[in-house]
Amino acid sequence: MTELAIDVKRLTKKFGSRIVVNNIDIQVPKGKIYGFFGPNGSGKTTTIRMLCGLLTPDAGEGTCLGYDIMAQTQMIRKKVGYMTQKFSFWDDLTIQENVEFTANIFGMDHVSERTREALVKLGLQHRSDQSAGTLSGGWKQRLALAACILHQPEILLLDEPTAGVDPKARRELWDELGRLSEDGMTILVSTHYMDEAERCHELIYIAYGNLIVRGSTQQVIDQTHLKTLE
Amino acid sequence: MLFSFQRLKALINKELIQLKRDRATLAMMIMLPIVQLMLFGYAINMDPKHLPTAVISRNNTFLTRSLITGLQNAGYFKITQTVSGDKQEERLLRQGRVLFVVMIPDNFTQNVIRGQKSALLLQADATDPTAVSGAVGALNTIAAKVITTELKGALGFLKNAAPAFSIDVQKAYNPEGFTRYNIVPGLIGIILIFTGAMMTSLPLTREQERGTMENLLSMPVQPLEVMIGKITPFIFIGLFQSLVVLFIARFLFSIPVFGNLSLLFGCILLFILCNLAIGFLISTAAKNQTQALQMSVFVLLPSIMLTGFMFPFQGMPQWAQNIGRMIPLTYFVRIARGIMLKGAELQDIWPHLYPLDLIVIVITLFMLRVYQNTLD
Ligand SMILES: Nc1ncnc2c1ncn2[C@@H]1O[C@H](COP(=O)(O)OP(=O)(O)OP(=O)(O)O)[C@@H](O)[C@H]1O
Ligand SMILES: [Mg+2]
Repeated sequence: MTELAIDVKRLTKKFGSRIVVNNIDIQVPKGKIYGFFGPNGSGKTTTIRMLCGLLTPDAGEGTCLGYDIMAQTQMIRKKVGYMTQKFSFWDDLTIQENVEFTANIFGMDHVSERTREALVKLGLQHRSDQSAGTLSGGWKQRLALAACILHQPEILLLDEPTAGVDPKARRELWDELGRLSEDGMTILVSTHYMDEAERCHELIYIAYGNLIVRGSTQQVIDQTHLKTLE
Repeated sequence: MLFSFQRLKALINKELIQLKRDRATLAMMIMLPIVQLMLFGYAINMDPKHLPTAVISRNNTFLTRSLITGLQNAGYFKITQTVSGDKQEERLLRQGRVLFVVMIPDNFTQNVIRGQKSALLLQADATDPTAVSGAVGALNTIAAKVITTELKGALGFLKNAAPAFSIDVQKAYNPEGFTRYNIVPGLIGIILIFTGAMMTSLPLTREQERGTMENLLSMPVQPLEVMIGKITPFIFIGLFQSLVVLFIARFLFSIPVFGNLSLLFGCILLFILCNLAIGFLISTAAKNQTQALQMSVFVLLPSIMLTGFMFPFQGMPQWAQNIGRMIPLTYFVRIARGIMLKGAELQDIWPHLYPLDLIVIVITLFMLRVYQNTLD
């Protein structure tokens, strides 16, 4: 039995009387890339928000990195890197200011050094004074990812990181996720693109809040001829 | 997870940078107190002249005729009516056709000549107390001069004695002594509502609208840190705006602060906190910036109308006074007027300070309950 980074059961969320996430179980093994598939409006974002304590589940229980998702959300926030679906860094701050701000919020030491390192790694050190709002879509995603892993989280929750970026950037992003995973990072990534399934170790497919299928990538492909789900 | 100064510093710094880059908002917050004060300030008549006046003369002699001519010529009064009594003068005052009625009583001349005290009656529309004291002064000077000049021949022996007359003043219509000067303390309050309720709720809702709030909340921040980070710049802006208003009032319009400055700024700080709490409440209720703006106007309008800022509080109907008693500005206006115009001390303003304290505590507790660290 592998160790689980995320282990939640019967997760349910309602908005008004509408059930948006219905009785979903998610088990993410440590160090694996876990794909989270589903069409628009199927509840992916809502689920991820519940995992990092941004939304309170109406029912369900479980842990993220051993911390209770209901009671210990502050501890979870410290150890999770969450990348929102929509670019949500501050448009009117520069690239450098955004990274520095994030480093400070996570209580890191040597903030300016760490910031410089991160920018060099990103290849943005020459544009560090450019305001984040003026970056192109692909660069915004890369900045967001860099800011997300800055505090060396134990788990990454990425909400559709490849939506709206070109194929080359998409490939590069998955290469980066592969490298992070090899270094031991647990990654949960939601996406629309079925062809990204083969880069995940395990996956879950939901539609309108309900579980459709889950398991290791090979199992799921064998069972369902997943490509037809698209 | 404990309160962290590193996080707080980062949050405040972020707000300051964003504020600095938001030129339009910044300019507005600096210009607002200046423009408002100029508008109201120049509406205050600095050098009153030719104020409409009615004269009732019950004593028609060479002396009273000179006196009336003297009043006419001195420039302060402009005699628009000569009435014969019969309560006519009351109507003129009430209708605002004249600001003053000067009444020369029976036997005025004879009494002055005999050295018996006789009183000129000045009835005044006391809407503007400074105009009234100006009128008393002018009437006194003119009457003294006329009497001395007219009586210097045959009755020259009277010259050494002080002229035997006095002035009785009867104020009408404004028992509170409401004045346009009163606008200045209230204006500080209005500007602080602008800054607190409107300018704070807008960036907060913008943060929700753009989705950056989600990012911020997914990080390990405490609600209290976010709040303090958001309000700190506005506390300083509010204090700065109050200083600007006081400075312009003092040096451009010669409206001094009679009371204790630190007491005044203590109360200003309390009122700033009150409005910031309201701004936070608005931003938790509003779904977008348009709604936040509408709600701020909803707060601002009754504050202008029902608090004694524009219109005397006692003159409002009972139901309006009851609403007014629930609005923080009502108390701030009284406190600021007391300290600035009357030199009130802590014990004088306490009856208005404790309701304001109560309101601030209630709003803040409510805000802390409503404000959450999640997106629900
Ligand atoms: N705060 C909210 N209040 C009410 N309904 C909401 C709220 N947030 C999401 N929903 C609804 O819940 C459903 C699931 O939304 P969610 O964003 O989780 O889907 P998603 O799988 O992330 O979709 P997408 O692929 O478009 O990002 C949608 O129908 C959405 O309209
Ligand atoms: Mg989504």
